[in-house]
Amino acid sequence: MFSEYILLSVIIFLLGVLGIILNRKNIIVLLMSIELILLAINLNFIVLSVMSDDLIGQVGAILVLTVAAAESAIGLAILVAYYRIRGTIAVLFINLMKG
Amino acid sequence: MYLLLVFIPMMCSMITLLFGRNIGIQGATKLTTISISSVALISLYLGITQSQPVHINLLTWFTNDTLNVNWGLQFDSITYVMLVVVTAISALVHLYSTEYMGTDPHLPRFMSYLSLFTFFMLILVTADNIVQLFIGWEGVGTCSYLLINYWYTRIQANKSAIKAMVVNRVGDMALSLAMFCLIYMFNSIEFSTIFANIATVNNTIIILGLEINLISVTGILIFIGAVGKSAQLTLHTWLPDAMEGPTPVSALIHAATMVTAGVYLIIRCSPLYEHSNISLTLITIVGALTAFFAATVGLLQNDIKRVIAYSTCSQLGYMVFAAGLSSFSVSLFHLFNHAFFKALLFLSAGSVIHALADEQDFRKIGGLISKVPLTYSLVLIGSLSLAGFPYLTGFYSKDIILELAYGTYTIPSTFAYWLGTISAFCTAYYSMRLIYFTFLSAPLTSKEQFNNAGESGIAMTIPLIILGFASIFIGFVCKDYFVGLGSQAFNQSIFISPQNNAVYEAEFLPAWIKNIPVVFSLIGAALGVYLLSAQGSVLYNWKISPLGNAIYKFLNSKWYFDVIYNKFIVKPALNIGHDITYKIIDRGVLEYFGPNGLYSLVVKLSQMVSTTQIGQIYNYTFTMIIGLSVLLLPTIIN
Repeated sequence: MFSEYILLSVIIFLLGVLGIILNRKNIIVLLMSIELILLAINLNFIVLSVMSDDLIGQVGAILVLTVAAAESAIGLAILVAYYRIRGTIAVLFINLMKG
Repeated sequence: MYLLLVFIPMMCSMITLLFGRNIGIQGATKLTTISISSVALISLYLGITQSQPVHINLLTWFTNDTLNVNWGLQFDSITYVMLVVVTAISALVHLYSTEYMGTDPHLPRFMSYLSLFTFFMLILVTADNIVQLFIGWEGVGTCSYLLINYWYTRIQANKSAIKAMVVNRVGDMALSLAMFCLIYMFNSIEFSTIFANIATVNNTIIILGLEINLISVTGILIFIGAVGKSAQLTLHTWLPDAMEGPTPVSALIHAATMVTAGVYLIIRCSPLYEHSNISLTLITIVGALTAFFAATVGLLQNDIKRVIAYSTCSQLGYMVFAAGLSSFSVSLFHLFNHAFFKALLFLSAGSVIHALADEQDFRKIGGLISKVPLTYSLVLIGSLSLAGFPYLTGFYSKDIILELAYGTYTIPSTFAYWLGTISAFCTAYYSMRLIYFTFLSAPLTSKEQFNNAGESGIAMTIPLIILGFASIFIGFVCKDYFVGLGSQAFNQSIFISPQNNAVYEAEFLPAWIKNIPVVFSLIGAALGVYLLSAQGSVLYNWKISPLGNAIYKFLNSKWYFDVIYNKFIVKPALNIGHDITYKIIDRGVLEYFGPNGLYSLVVKLSQMVSTTQIGQIYNYTFTMIIGLSVLLLPTIIN
């Protein structure tokens, strides 16, 4: 009965990944996709924690929540700094570093 | 005394070379001349008094398993003869050079090279094993290079020296191959061991199913070495070009000593050749062809030194085919006699050249008989001796060679006999041509040059007179020692197998046959003088007729040997060196698959890889996901 939950979290994860890959417009969408991925992982942790009757998964989920919060804070800070310099947040224009 | 004989020349060469500027020109000339003269006296003394072989073991050179290579000196009859020739000619040339080269600023260097050459030649003739002989062999080649190139600012001298060195190397390579064969067969390089075991050794090897007689192979390879050094046909082209060096050098190296090293080697290896009839036949044919070729070319050369150089080549041909007919002692006798009259001819030619301020082309000389009568008489003695005029030195050895050729009942010997006889005719003709144009014809030099011409000083005249006496008498004096019937002189050093020994048949030939070569020579000489002096217009008309012109060109350009070699060997070899070895292999294949190709490949690949990083974030993420998937693939599959 848990397989639907796991399937759900995998789908959300893949949606997040696709959001990063396909997104060419906005960095905010990118950050949101990363959040989505983290949420999918969190959901997975919780589902598996319940499934295996073990609390460690939920401890991990709490930890990931804090990490995700910190990450999005730092990400948004970088975004703001970037916007101040470049005046745009379009992903397409972040291409100054080429191989 | 034996060691002094060999090492005095080296010492005085080294002293003159290293301290030449301390002892000065006078010191250098006196030191070398006196040292070499004393060496000549020692070798004369030894040659006259010693009859038993002497062997001196100096020290061990290297040892490998059962192969022992020692430094050793061996003195037997052949060695004594060669010692007398080398040191006597060398001493006279040293004395001669003090005046001939007197105004040269680099005289100490010259004297030093001459002494060094003498040293290497002594090493060559006294060696008791073939590796030590090879040192002398290469050493005289090197000294020949240094001496031909003595006036190193002249481009022609540089080129001739390189030619001499390189053409000699061709033969030297064959000689070193022969050494390997000897080591394979005998596990030894000492002459005594090799010659003692030559009849019993297992001498066949099988290559690709062919059974090859290794003794014949060795004999032929040694002969190829001798061909290079003794300027036989095919490798003779260096000898006439070597006339670019100073005249005393030509006399010492390219007439009397270095070129005889090849003949010496054949004589030394007589036991080996007596066990291989194929090589003897080859030697006979090549020697006879050389004698004929050089004699015909000598007919129409116009440079004094070149005429004499071709006569050297021709006489070496006589020596070689005499050796090919198994009469090694006769060959040695001719070598001995030839050294004296050829040194005489060269040194007199030097005297003429010296008298005329370095004019060598005898079409521009003429009429010198009244100016240099002594030199004229000496050239005449030398030329008559060379042409085999009866009772002079050359007669005793040259005629006996031709008699032997007639007395040996084989096809190659008959071939050699007729070619040799025709060569004798040509020899007489071109000797007379040289004398006529240089001394007898009307003067063709400028009046000033002609008036200034005169006899040389005492240091140049003494060697000439000594050699003149030698050219008259030495053949008769030494006849019984070398070729007297039943002479025991060379029994310990030359081996002649009984079935090859034709000396008795040759001795008892009918008189009219024995007279043929002499008659040919006399006719040649008489014809030469008559045609040139009385019938000059006949010769001229012949020369400008189409056929005559073609023949003149053919002989004057040495049978086109140099042209053919340059066109078909030297140029293609150079082209192969440039086009294939350099352009295709070195700069092509090796660099393409080596440093250059690898470099450009890495650069291209890395550029290709780095173009995938176009700077877009979505691109990077895609790559990351794909990479992660690939990394995880094994866990998924398992």
